[in-house]
Amino acid sequence: MTSSPIPSSKMSALSVQQLTKVYKGGFQALKGIDLEVEEGDFFALLGPNGAGKSTFIGILASLVNKTAGRVTVFGEDQDREPERVKSCIGLVPQEFNFNLFLPVVEVVVNQAGYYGIPRREARLRAERYLKLLDLWDRRDTEMRKLSGGLKRRLMIARALVHEPRLLILDEPTAGVDIEIRRSMWGFLRELNARGTTIILTTHYLEEAESLCRNIAIINHGEIAELTSVTSLLNRLHTETFVLNLKGRISELPQLGGFVLQHLDDCTLEVEMSREHTINGLFEALSRNGIEVISLRNKQNRLERLFLDMVERRGGAARPESEEAA
Amino acid sequence: MSRHGVGWRRYWISFQTIFLKEIVRFSRIWVQTILPSVITTTLYFVIFGRLIGERIGTMGGLDYLDFIVPGLVLMGVITNAYSNVVSSFYSSKFSRYIEELLVSPAPNWVILAGYVAGGVARGLVVGTAVMLVAMAFTEVRVHSLAVTMLMFTMTAVLFALGGFINAIYANSFDDISIVPTFVLTPLTYLGGVFYSIDLLPGFWQGVSLANPVLYMVNAFRYGLLGVSDIPVGIAFAIIAVFIVVLGAFSLELLRRGVGIKT
Repeated sequence: MTSSPIPSSKMSALSVQQLTKVYKGGFQALKGIDLEVEEGDFFALLGPNGAGKSTFIGILASLVNKTAGRVTVFGEDQDREPERVKSCIGLVPQEFNFNLFLPVVEVVVNQAGYYGIPRREARLRAERYLKLLDLWDRRDTEMRKLSGGLKRRLMIARALVHEPRLLILDEPTAGVDIEIRRSMWGFLRELNARGTTIILTTHYLEEAESLCRNIAIINHGEIAELTSVTSLLNRLHTETFVLNLKGRISELPQLGGFVLQHLDDCTLEVEMSREHTINGLFEALSRNGIEVISLRNKQNRLERLFLDMVERRGGAARPESEEAA
Repeated sequence: MSRHGVGWRRYWISFQTIFLKEIVRFSRIWVQTILPSVITTTLYFVIFGRLIGERIGTMGGLDYLDFIVPGLVLMGVITNAYSNVVSSFYSSKFSRYIEELLVSPAPNWVILAGYVAGGVARGLVVGTAVMLVAMAFTEVRVHSLAVTMLMFTMTAVLFALGGFINAIYANSFDDISIVPTFVLTPLTYLGGVFYSIDLLPGFWQGVSLANPVLYMVNAFRYGLLGVSDIPVGIAFAIIAVFIVVLGAFSLELLRRGVGIKT
């Protein structure tokens, strides 16, 4: 069942109606998608490989020709006002798309130039965004000499140089280490807090759960779910925690409402329904003389919902590489 | 009014950016882009002009070495205008950084104009360098600066457009060398660079008239030497028609996203 994100009186940043894409050869990547993203939202687009996410983003960014449907960005129709729509959008693509022989700063300055920003202003903006993304020290380095993580950050700087109102990131943290990923999250949160609407596709569901307010799950070219992250998580009937214990236990206690499992002498796995609270669990454990040092979710919560949903609707889609064949 | 200024000013900045990027690109690798044509043409002057040319005597009423100068200069312009656009645009497709332009609000005609202007610039740089070499070997001086510069530029524009279309359709680096090898080289060599079409039998004179390079070479020869096998006005008209047709076709390919969008 599809539900709407939290209703709001804000302006629509993105409105998509009956968006359809049929590739040569007949493969239907998008089957009449309807979607609204409001201004200021941090929106996640999830789906298995080949579900149609990249096709969807490609159409928004004018890199893929749509077969049918309508796209409006901040009220401007993509077909009637393509230049206005493009001016509003910043794209961070999934794959690197640089001239590898250019220095970092030139990549950003040139991008600003394509958007009509005068060279002097373009250089100032390039400096600002390269500094924000910790790339200023590398400004004269040729692109081919940058690591994958630095290239990912540069793609964000390049997408921001014309100061778009809508930033679209297609798996921006794929293949980057945890430290860079966390710093990118912080940067994106700040950007969103300052008013930029963000649409994010990711395979890291923790990323969507941590950053996004609303979410669409796309599968087989259709929107399988469109709701808020909070309301999606509320649908979980049970949660499983892993507890690290202060002492060893040899026998599992019987706790009403909780299903316990031994992982080792000092570690317990507890499955609990949503009617019970963590406080209740701790009280029950204390009554049995068990002290807890720390706890963590066994599985990312969104991941579990996502897998349930995709399995219910007929499994994973075709691999992404087949999509454009 | 757009988010980044008035439309025409924005277009001009986008155009300048593409054009400047192209200039930087071919200047940075000048040993690969500028020097080979200058060396090749110098060899032509030495071999065909000095060594063999002296045995040939005159052609079209001119000293043979003087006769081949316009064609050799134009060969440099044709080859370089074409090569610059085909290799630059295809590389941007291959490495996907054409997407930087496709996501931007730069309209298709600005993108086309930027790449073509880059090709024209390289063609003119090489053409000028070859002309300077020619002046060292010959007594050739410019007969009509207006005709020379106009044909110089129109030829570069036409072949830059040709390079653009080739790049749009190319699916591999092999594809960008097929047209220069199998189309451009024969057209150039059969375009009256080294001989006057008056030397050909009637039938082959007629066939030669279907070769656009013949018109360019002759109009350019008129600009430099004041002689031509063909009326210069007709040459300009034919080249202008080719430019309009290829330009419109290039824009249509961009509009449909052929070779660059799925």
